[in-house]
Formats: sequence, C-alpha cells, structure tokens
Amino acid sequence: MTTAVENPGATRPRGARDLIAALEIDTRLLAMAAALVVIWVGLDILTGGIFLTARNLWNLSVQTSVVGIMATGMVLVIVARHIDLSVGSLLGFVGMIMAVLQVEILPIGTSWTWLVSLAAGLIAGCLIGAFQGWWVAYRAVPAFIVTLGGLLIFRGLAWWITQGRTVAPMDPTFQLMGGGLDGSIGAFWSWVVGAVFIAAALFKTVRTRQRRNRFNFPVRPLWAEALILAVSIGLIVSFVLVMNSYYRPRTQIPQGIPIPVLILIVVAVAMSALTKVTKFGRYVFAIGGNPEAAELGGINVRKVTVMIFVLMGFLAAISGAIQTARLNAGLNSTGSLLELSVIAAAVIGGTSLAGGVGTIAGAILGALIMQSLQSGMILLDIATPMQPVVIGLVLIVAVWLDTVYQKRRR
Amino acid sequence: MTGSVPLVEMRDISIQFGGIKAVDGVTVTLHPGEVVGLLGHNGAGKSTLIKILSGAYQANTGSILINGQPVDIRSPRDAKALGIETIYQTLALADNIDAPGNLFLGRELMTPWGTLDDDAMERATRDVMGRLNPNFRKIKEPVKNLSGGQRQSVAIARALHFNAKILIMDEPTAALGPQETKQVAELIKQLKKEGIGIFLISHDLHDVFDLSDRVSVMKNGKLVGTCRTSEVTKDEVLGMIILGKLPGQQTAAELEEMH
Ligand SMILES: Nc1ncnc2c1ncn2[C@@H]1O[C@H](COP(=O)(O)OP(=O)(O)OP(=O)(O)O)[C@@H](O)[C@H]1O
Ligand SMILES: [Mg+2]
Repeated sequence: MTTAVENPGATRPRGARDLIAALEIDTRLLAMAAALVVIWVGLDILTGGIFLTARNLWNLSVQTSVVGIMATGMVLVIVARHIDLSVGSLLGFVGMIMAVLQVEILPIGTSWTWLVSLAAGLIAGCLIGAFQGWWVAYRAVPAFIVTLGGLLIFRGLAWWITQGRTVAPMDPTFQLMGGGLDGSIGAFWSWVVGAVFIAAALFKTVRTRQRRNRFNFPVRPLWAEALILAVSIGLIVSFVLVMNSYYRPRTQIPQGIPIPVLILIVVAVAMSALTKVTKFGRYVFAIGGNPEAAELGGINVRKVTVMIFVLMGFLAAISGAIQTARLNAGLNSTGSLLELSVIAAAVIGGTSLAGGVGTIAGAILGALIMQSLQSGMILLDIATPMQPVVIGLVLIVAVWLDTVYQKRRR
Repeated sequence: MTGSVPLVEMRDISIQFGGIKAVDGVTVTLHPGEVVGLLGHNGAGKSTLIKILSGAYQANTGSILINGQPVDIRSPRDAKALGIETIYQTLALADNIDAPGNLFLGRELMTPWGTLDDDAMERATRDVMGRLNPNFRKIKEPVKNLSGGQRQSVAIARALHFNAKILIMDEPTAALGPQETKQVAELIKQLKKEGIGIFLISHDLHDVFDLSDRVSVMKNGKLVGTCRTSEVTKDEVLGMIILGKLPGQQTAAELEEMH
C-alpha cells in the first residue's frame, strides 16, 4: 500500500454525475452558483448589458457585504436550531451608538475617535448578543420570542438615544468602512489580496493531498484536483479584474476591492474556518443535529448557545459600522427589515431551518443572489412596491425547490 | 468474586419524573470482568437506571460507589472521567456529522495549533471500525446516510475507543444482523477477559443468558431481584420479568400460565 487510493470509478468520468462525484463538491452549492449565473445573465440581457458591467458588479459587491456578513452568523444560529430576528434592530442601535460617540461625545478630528467608537460598537454588539443568548440558553425562552423582543427593544433604543434625531457626519476614517469615495484599496493591493488567496488555495490543495496520501486515505483524482484549482484561480483573478475595472469618478484610477467587501471576505474566511476546524464549530453542528447527543457527549450546550448569539451580535455590529459609514449618518431606521434579508440569504444559501445543515459559502451566495435580484429590479425600473413581492416569491420557491431536491436525494 | 469490592455499586437509587417513580430504590453491583444483564419489560426503568450511572440523569436519592469510593456523577463528562462509557439505546449520534466526528464528540483530538485534528480522528475511527465492522466504508459521510446497523457500530466504536473500565450497553445489538450480533458477543467476551465490567441491557433473553454472569430484573421501577445465571433457568428469569417474583416464590401454576 504505497500508492494513494483513488476513489473507485472516479478516474475517468463518464457523465455529469460522475464528474461531480469525483470533484467531491457540494452539489447544492453548485446548483446555487448555477442559479446565480442564470440570474446574472438573465438580468444582463433584460437590462441591455448594464447588469454585468464593472460598475454595477462593484456596487453589487458593496451592497452584498452588509447582509453577507450577518448571514454568516445567521447560519450558525439557524444550524443550532435557533433564529435571530433582532439583527436589523441591533445593527441600527449599535450604528447609532457609534455615530453618537463620534459626533457628540468623543473629540472630533482625532486619529483615534473612529477606533474607539468602533470598538465600543463591537463590544455593545457582543453584550447584546450575550444578553439574548442568556435568555435563550439559561432561561429556555425560545429564540424566536427573545429576539422578537430584541427587535422591538433595540429599534426603540436606537430611536431613544437621540430622540429620533439623525446624527452626522461620520469621522472621515470611519467612513472608509462604507466603501465610499476613498473606501477601496486600489489596484495594487487588490492584486496582493488575489495573490494571497491563490497561494492559499495552492498550499491547501498540496497539503491536504500530502496528508491524505501519508495516511493512505482516499484522495481526489489528480485531474479533479487540477480542475477545481483552475476554476478557483480563475474566479479569484476575474474578481480582482472586475474590481479593478471600475474607476474612480472622472479618472482612470482603478477602485479595486472596496473595504466593506474586504471585511466580508475576511469574515467569510474566518467563519468558514470556525465551522470547519474548531471545536466550537463542531459543537454548533452537533447541537443542531441532535441536542441530546451533544449533551450526552459532554458538550456544554448552554455555553455554546450563548457564544453563538455573542458572535451574531458581533457580526451585526460590524455590519452596523459599515452601514452607518456608508450612509455617513446615524439614523434610527438603519437596518429596518434587514433581519429578513439576512435570514432569507442564509435559507436560500441552503441553511436548513430544521437545524444541523448550512454552509458559510452558501449563505454568501444566498446574499449575493438576493442582492442581485434587488439591484436588477432597480435597474429594470420595477415599481418599488413590487420589489419585495418578487423577493418574497423567490424565497418561497427557493425553499420549495430545496425540499424537492432533498426528497429526491433520499 | 463475591466478597471483593465491587467495581460499581449503585445503592438504593431512586428517580422521579413528575409523579412517576421511574426507578425506585434499586441496588445493583458490578465486578471487574463481570457481565450483568439488566432485564425487564418496556418502561421497567432499565435505561433510566443506567443513565444515572452515565451522568445523563441525577438520582433523587441513593449513592454510587466506584471501587468502594462514593462518587458524585453530575454530568456525562464526570462519568467518562471515571472510565464509564455508554452505548445508549437511542445511540446518541448527531446525524449530520460523520463517524469520526461522532466518535470523538466532546473529546475531539486537536492539533498543536488548536484546530480539530480530523486526520487523527479519521485514522482512529478507521482502526476501531475495522475491528468492529470491516465492511464499513462510509467514514466521511454524515451518519444519517448509514444503515441502522452501521449507526449502531459507530455508537459501539465510540464506547470502545476510549478504553472504558465500565461499559454500559443499552440494547447494543437491536439493529444488528446475525453476523454483527455475533461479533458484538465475541467482543463482550473479549472485553470481559480484559477485566472490564459490563452492564448489558437486551430484550433477547438468550443473548443475555449466554453472556451474563448475573442478571438483575426490574419491574415498574423496582428491582425484582438478582440471580446468578448458572443457578437459574431461562423460564425462572422469564417468570421474574413477567410475574415480578423471585424463582422461589413462583408457583408452578403461575409458570404454566406464562406459556
Ligand atoms: N426523561 C423522562 N421524562 C419523563 N419520564 C421518563 C423519562 N425517561 C423515562 N421516563 C419514564 O420512566 C419509565 C422508565 O423508562 P425507561 O426508559 O427507563 O424504561 P426501559 O426499561 O429502558 O424500557 P425499554 O425496554 O422500553 O427501553 C417509563 O415509564 C418512562 O416513561
Ligand atoms: Mg430502555
């Protein structure tokens, strides 16, 4: 037994089914990516080629970041069989805290004002998450109720802080987080980010293969590995190219990756790692799969539950910073109804409301799909009242398709 | 073996759920290298009794002694720390997680960098499963995609891997085929030789009779009695289960009526 064991029957793919099996990629993720491509191409045709321009895609990526960041946390919440209806209000409340700190409490124009207010906002997000998680875990109040209460409480508090007044403008450094005028990292650094990801992909592939070979575990056939790597690198390069093809207004200077999108990327990588390689991530899935088994395995289910809500609060606070920076103001209505977009993104992204199933990548694809539809409808001049109608129908159909798919697989 | 300090002594254990006394003043003992069969009707309180030993429930009254020392088992973690491993009747598997993930649930192997060491866990799983169910291939699949017997093998493998001193098996072969059931029986004999004490719960009287040194019979939460298997017949044990009376108190007429 010196050579690697390859998956039987996978060396020469015959049909699409064999191909997918050999690639060992999540078919559901693949289906979602396909849906995204169909939506993009469709919208591009309908808008006469406006949708797939660098400018629109760049804006789309910025719009996706706020919902995408929170959707990664919502995946964990839903996987653990809970729900968080408060994230929109939480985002608004925390955004307001950061705005008030910058404009009315901390000295204006110092180099650290933005940092202190951001830190305060993130801490507030964690504390709110801990508060809600405590009610869920230690007082056994269903998360639906606790966070429904949270939805009302934090929206009310966001209004109460300034008695409904709008607070502006934000600190210039803080504004960068919104991806506004200067809020992108430029062509050079965008390529650096791209290069880092390509290097990471190569490194991971080689390492995994080496390790699995060492223990004589089955590995993917080489051609499959190469194909996956080629597609990943292609996607990374295209992404950077698109971001660099959108110029600052009236110049030839490429914008590059917007800072909020960079934050989304960092969050996505971190959350992915959290779900795959940490005990915490494993426990969240175990609790969602079988809470009794988790308990009998000696997992402190309550503590993990609180941590999930703390994490969700933290992510909502990050999104709150981005949204407040983008609007360049603290408004008491910031983030209204956003909880529904976030939950929809997670669910469209394959997170099962029954718990135990969900991926970070899926949630981000889900957020991208939602945002694409929204931005496409604006480009198509669809009447404002009809837009949520379409989104609502898409959500229902998407979940229905998923149940059909799940049944057929069994 | 009698006379020596028992490996486990559960003394006068009671637990109540709402108004129901699920276990009522039960005392059982287990010695090293001994198999004690726990028998009784559905709902007799067998699973509840052993769940007190495995840390899933806390008794309302009574005490547990390990090697003669009173212990306080407040959680499954405490029980495992004392070398008590359990195969639950419900298997207690997280369906969405693969076999290695379930095997090490709550006791994950970590790399020096503090991340899950999936390779090491997969290797260990392949090892134990190789001993238990050599045909097992679906290592990396969520256990919900496994057959009932395969799932049971995973649950057994989990109890085996951690070198238990005390093993609790609640219906370990309910979903297994004849081949695998025989393998588990062999396994029990082997573990017994290694000096492990085993509580075996099964509805198959023949199995229990063949494997156990003693049987304890429960009825409606109470202990009917404990007998040495070499000193009673299957019919007498059946009588204990159905009539709730010790062999000496069973009348011929009652035994006749059972058949
Ligand atoms: N968590 C619980 N809450 C309430 N009642 C319970 C609980 N667990 C067990 N019971 C009750 O306690 C009694 C004993 O149940 P137990 O599961 O111990 O029976 P058993 O002997 O294992 O039966 P079986 O052979 O069917 O597995 C039953 O009446 C059951 O309904
Ligand atoms: Mg039982």
